[in-house]
Amino acid sequence: MSAYQIWFYIIASMILGGALLAVTARKIFRAAIALLVSLIGIAALYYWMHYEFIAAVQTIVYVGGIVVLIIFSIFLTHNPGHTIEEPVNIREAFAFTGCFAGFAFVFSLLNRYSFEQTGDALNHTMQVADVGRALLSTGSGSYLLPFEAVSLLLLAAMVGCIVIAIKIRTK
Amino acid sequence: MIDQVPLTHILFLSTALFFIGAYGFLTRRNMITMLMSVELILNSVNINLVAFNRYLHPDIDGVIFTLFIITIAAAEAAVAIAIIISLYRKINSIDPEQADELKF
Repeated sequence: MSAYQIWFYIIASMILGGALLAVTARKIFRAAIALLVSLIGIAALYYWMHYEFIAAVQTIVYVGGIVVLIIFSIFLTHNPGHTIEEPVNIREAFAFTGCFAGFAFVFSLLNRYSFEQTGDALNHTMQVADVGRALLSTGSGSYLLPFEAVSLLLLAAMVGCIVIAIKIRTK
Repeated sequence: MIDQVPLTHILFLSTALFFIGAYGFLTRRNMITMLMSVELILNSVNINLVAFNRYLHPDIDGVIFTLFIITIAAAEAAVAIAIIISLYRKINSIDPEQADELKF
């Protein structure tokens, strides 16, 4: 086993362990911290695949933004040390069976299909300048229109959040 | 090098992450933890896109898609949390089964 493989399996166990704890922990704050571990593991996986820019974006947006937002909302809606209700037993059994069956199905499909290496994708290195050029140019292989649509969506989401969560003072 | 780990192993990882998220979404009885499960599902899709881009596609299209998904996920989380806070003010609980105001 080379260092690359060992690092991959360490990162994978970090992601899956964090995710499992995040969906099963009975204390909601512990679940949020486990989610944090899982998201950091995903950033590490991007770093492992030599996409440093995506790893940085993942760290900033998910770890620094969404998890902090979730922890804020936990503190706004729960007492500290709140224990989550147990899931309904019959529903848990059905969910487990369904998810396990789905996983087994996709696993067998992936096992049967061997992905053919095309071109020299592994030697391709991504420059951050390429990302900027792809986002802000027109023509084939560029994404100016989705970029502008996403910026409009972010503005709409921001205004929508304020409208939904604002407290209207009644006299 | 990175090709010592086959692509299918990364796909197994993202499949497992997706179904863990789906399991959490189906069993949790708390809107914030359901939102956390949705984040796990979105992240498994991102892993897929980035891994396919790394192994099979000598360009950066998958990376751009991942950037867009991360942006949409951030907007979605913000709106979801605004809805949760507003619901908590109304019914003083974030159990999805208590939120039956639109039923008649």
